[in-house]
Amino acid sequence: MRRLVVISAGLSVPSSTRLLADRLSAAAVEAIHGPVEVDVIELRPLAHLLADNLLTGFATGELAEAIETVRRADALIVVTPVFAASYSGLFKTFFDVIEPDLLTGVPVLIAATAGTARHSLVLEHALRPLFSYLHATVVPTAVFAASEDFGEAGLDSRIERAAGELAILLSGAPRQRARTLEEEFADPTPFEDLLRGA
Amino acid sequence: MQFGIFSVGDVTTDPTTGRTPTEHERIKAQVEIAKKAEEIGLDVFATGEHHNPPFIASNPTATLAYIGAQTEKIILSTATTLITTTDPVLIAEDYAKIQHLTDGRVDLMMGRGNTGPVYPWFGKDIRDGINLAVENYALLRRLWDEDVVNWEGKYRTPLQGYTATPRPLDGVAPFVWHGSIRSPEIAEQAAYYGDGFFHNHIFWPAGHTKQMVDLYRRRFEHYGHGTADQAIVGLGGQFFMRKNSQDAVNEFRPYFDNAPVYGHGPSLEDFTEATPLTVGSTQQVLERTLGFRDYVGDYQRQLFLIDHAGLPLKTVLEQLDLLGEILPDLRAGMAEGRPAHVPDAPTHASLVAKAGGAHDATLHAVDDVTGVSV
Repeated sequence: MRRLVVISAGLSVPSSTRLLADRLSAAAVEAIHGPVEVDVIELRPLAHLLADNLLTGFATGELAEAIETVRRADALIVVTPVFAASYSGLFKTFFDVIEPDLLTGVPVLIAATAGTARHSLVLEHALRPLFSYLHATVVPTAVFAASEDFGEAGLDSRIERAAGELAILLSGAPRQRARTLEEEFADPTPFEDLLRGA
Repeated sequence: MQFGIFSVGDVTTDPTTGRTPTEHERIKAQVEIAKKAEEIGLDVFATGEHHNPPFIASNPTATLAYIGAQTEKIILSTATTLITTTDPVLIAEDYAKIQHLTDGRVDLMMGRGNTGPVYPWFGKDIRDGINLAVENYALLRRLWDEDVVNWEGKYRTPLQGYTATPRPLDGVAPFVWHGSIRSPEIAEQAAYYGDGFFHNHIFWPAGHTKQMVDLYRRRFEHYGHGTADQAIVGLGGQFFMRKNSQDAVNEFRPYFDNAPVYGHGPSLEDFTEATPLTVGSTQQVLERTLGFRDYVGDYQRQLFLIDHAGLPLKTVLEQLDLLGEILPDLRAGMAEGRPAHVPDAPTHASLVAKAGGAHDATLHAVDDVTGVSV
């Protein structure tokens, strides 16, 4: 069973960001061979908890659950609306509060929505560097949908191509994870090793 | 079981009056608070160490010695001593000196500090934080436990034929606790040496505390210092209480809402649920505190943070009076069901007894020329 986690930072209901997220997720489920479990994380209901986490340094409630869901993910689809020429602050805040090594080696499909096609490079100048920094494996095809794209041919094929690339990344060797804090608690580095390292 | 208070020594504006105390007032207030702590029967007063505004917590040794001179019984401790950026040679000397001056009423809690620039200010690199804590503490132990030390490490000038003076009182070094919120290496370090482990506990969900304490207990047993439930555990705690629960909430809320650490974030209600902060009646504080054992087991030291966030001295002293009122119940509650094999926190007296009695550790030098001991 593969675990696919979809993160949508859309704010309105209905949201074109969520709409794009759902289409990407459906295409990915089709492209991936074998059973897939899909979890969708909407960031809007987590907005207050995210602000609290920035101030207190720890996640609570539904935000803590969302982070655990991401921890278990085999692949991510992340979709943000474009705000002021970049990802939205809400979208970035979520990735600010997760542990920096949580996405190491995880295949990530990046996507964005905006009112105009002029923002399309946001995917390349903002999202791709963010997920490269987090050591995720970013799918080559990023999917951008301006409002007008929802009424034109072409979006379908980009969605399919990106989903196919995500499926290929998922079929490769299992991801190399950094040693997590949880693993360190379960099996601590012996103190003699720490002494030698000092 | 020891009860006490720990202070970070913050100089914070009182949000209800807009008044900010001077450094002088705050320094003197800390002394008043420590004296009051002894008066109400607490066992421990601990002060933090910071090297930047808005804190008055630099030079904790002067503060502790000064308080030591005006008190009789209370144990003086740090919370925490920056083992990363403070020269272990100075720590060895300073705290052995306070040990002598206070007749053994001192112990220490090691920490790595939480202000990034402190590392470069003291010529260190924050990326070496854990390694500094490991190497510096290993040296500190040798300086206390061995009369003459030859040593070479990565972070400090080598030592040849060095004797830290004064030698520890009665030949027994001060007891050491190690504090950390989320670094397994520090729980491991405390367990390796059979030292105490202290979890700050406040500001964080109980799950963090439990995870660290569990690891420390497990590794304490692994290193052969006793069974896991005999490990020496300390916890922080935070409360604001009045006779009437709603009075406590109303009075504390503006301090909570504007507090430097968590202010402008979660509501008082959410934060008291997520962390050990208790705002309410004396009975509520008593019950919540007794509940800490449910997730860390029977433990040895409970310290409360009470002078912070701009609370005026008068209020802090009132909080101490209320703590004094519930102290007998706290002691009785913690003693209830506590197995006989769970030890108390080590004190100078217990460490001396364990070492087979006091012996003067003075190292008399020999005159190079005459060969006579001087």
